[in-house]
Amino acid sequence: MTTETNAKIEFTPERQVLAKEIIARYPEGKQKSALLPLLHLAQEQWGWTSPEVMDYVAGLLGIEPIEVYEVATFYTMFHLDPVGKHVIEYCRTGPCCLMGGEDVYAHLKQKLGIEAGQTTSDGKFTLKEVECLAACGMGPVFQIREQYYMHLTNQRVDEIIEELSK
Amino acid sequence: MGKKILLEHIDVPGIDTYDVYRKQGGYTAVEKALKTMTPDSVVEEVKKAGVRGRGGAGFPMGMKWSFLAKPEGVPRYLVCNADESEPGTFKDHYLMKHIPHLLIEGMIVSSFALGANKSFIYVRGELMYVIRILEKAIAEAKAAGFLGKNIMGSGYDLELVVQPGGGAYICGEETALLESLEGKRGNPRNKPPFPAVKGLYQSPTVVNNVESISTTPWIINNGGDAYAAIGIGRSTGTKLISASGHINKPGVYEIELGVSVEDFIYADEWCGGIRPGHKLKAVVAGGSSVPILPANLILNLANGDKRLMSYESLSDGGFATGTMLGSGGFIVMDETACVVRNTWNFSRFYHHESCGQCSPCREGTGWMEKVLHRIEHGHGSLHDIDLLVDVAKKIEGNTICPLGDAAAWPVGSAIRHFRDEFEWHINHPVEATQPGAVYRGEMALV
Repeated sequence: MTTETNAKIEFTPERQVLAKEIIARYPEGKQKSALLPLLHLAQEQWGWTSPEVMDYVAGLLGIEPIEVYEVATFYTMFHLDPVGKHVIEYCRTGPCCLMGGEDVYAHLKQKLGIEAGQTTSDGKFTLKEVECLAACGMGPVFQIREQYYMHLTNQRVDEIIEELSK
Repeated sequence: MGKKILLEHIDVPGIDTYDVYRKQGGYTAVEKALKTMTPDSVVEEVKKAGVRGRGGAGFPMGMKWSFLAKPEGVPRYLVCNADESEPGTFKDHYLMKHIPHLLIEGMIVSSFALGANKSFIYVRGELMYVIRILEKAIAEAKAAGFLGKNIMGSGYDLELVVQPGGGAYICGEETALLESLEGKRGNPRNKPPFPAVKGLYQSPTVVNNVESISTTPWIINNGGDAYAAIGIGRSTGTKLISASGHINKPGVYEIELGVSVEDFIYADEWCGGIRPGHKLKAVVAGGSSVPILPANLILNLANGDKRLMSYESLSDGGFATGTMLGSGGFIVMDETACVVRNTWNFSRFYHHESCGQCSPCREGTGWMEKVLHRIEHGHGSLHDIDLLVDVAKKIEGNTICPLGDAAAWPVGSAIRHFRDEFEWHINHPVEATQPGAVYRGEMALV
């Protein structure tokens, strides 16, 4: 829950420089192409893409806020609600399931005490179910931010959760 | 050992860095193309190579290049499709992570051939760490003078941009990808016009898969004829296969097209056989969308000959007894796998990933998921099986993009080859819904 509702919505100075660089990558007049990269950058800073954050991104690109909303709601990677410190994105697709992914998932839910879409009461973990993460030979798999956790077992899940709970 | 083209240097320590890649002969194709060849002669070599689109469609890459419109004063674009999202497929992820400069080198050679001065690599957003690897590789290539203005004094300029997606399978479809790259929802476009005429920013555009583009350095260095001499018939060259499921050695393998399916599954060089104590039940050979085949049909053609890992052999027999090479996502199932559950899982995937633009796909994928869910969970009726076939048929061929077909084929083929398993679920709901319950009836295991 990293967005402070009353704080001014603005990228950090480093991200402002990066945002300018990103916007300059595209041909003149095609700056809307920077929308997905900027939404990723925003989510990196605030943890989720709140309406205020989306409005800020719209302002940076000189486009209507609705153009940002319709994109952010189409792509599943953007969190439209506040999330916990660690968002666990668990692969629920066939090849991972063949490798025991469903049993490991049941164990993970029990361990965290939450269902998909929920956040633990201490605000540390949000659980999301996602489709194939392109790591089928290393399943079961989940992802937290940029990190892939592969060859998951119940024991491995316990270790990861305990490590991240510290 | 089979011929290695893409993975030849994959085990060299530090191959992800420019210095090591260069020492292994990297970027010689850029030197050769830009100093000694014309764009058209590069296209000619790729045509001669006969390399077919490795993303799944299998369309000849050189021919796709030759369709590119070249009106005066209009920029042309090359866009690399690195939105690898087809369940069972993880080869592009592997290739970009371990040997990023191969794709960069291929992008330079290919962009030169097409006359593109700004090219994009659209990578699925989940692979942000791979995007960082590619951006580092691009910076290294630029510092070495292989990107930027007037590359090696040739007068040719090229900039590469890596673009993240946002988590949408549909953006692997080339026109949805272009919409997404323009900062919009990933809704596939009506065709014509094709991207070769009106693509990115309404300019002529070629979209190619990571693996396809990565073949071009070898083709330029060794010639299209040498590439075409590898493989079998019209399945030229090598193919990366992503092997997953109940095998001893899951992973990414480069095979010379034409090895037998049996060797690929059982030989130690590749999958190393089915895991100990188990038998082969079924294979989805080319990513989740291609028809599932039972053990006997994946190993052998209907006439009893051995089936080979090639475009033609895998599709031999049409959908009655064959399947497709697709993206090379090779998902192996032993007798513990439940075909009904797996089919429901895939249907849920396609329902989740449908963009919602065409009603047959938007509604049909939802109905297939619902009906399969109730069969799998003990509430199905025998009529549901025919209902599924009917819904699948009504989606197929009736949508703007191939996602509809991709959703329909797994359902149709599962019922075609495993109908008794569906009937067992319906007729024995209590038994079938026990944890881990799997139909062990009259099926041929190998």
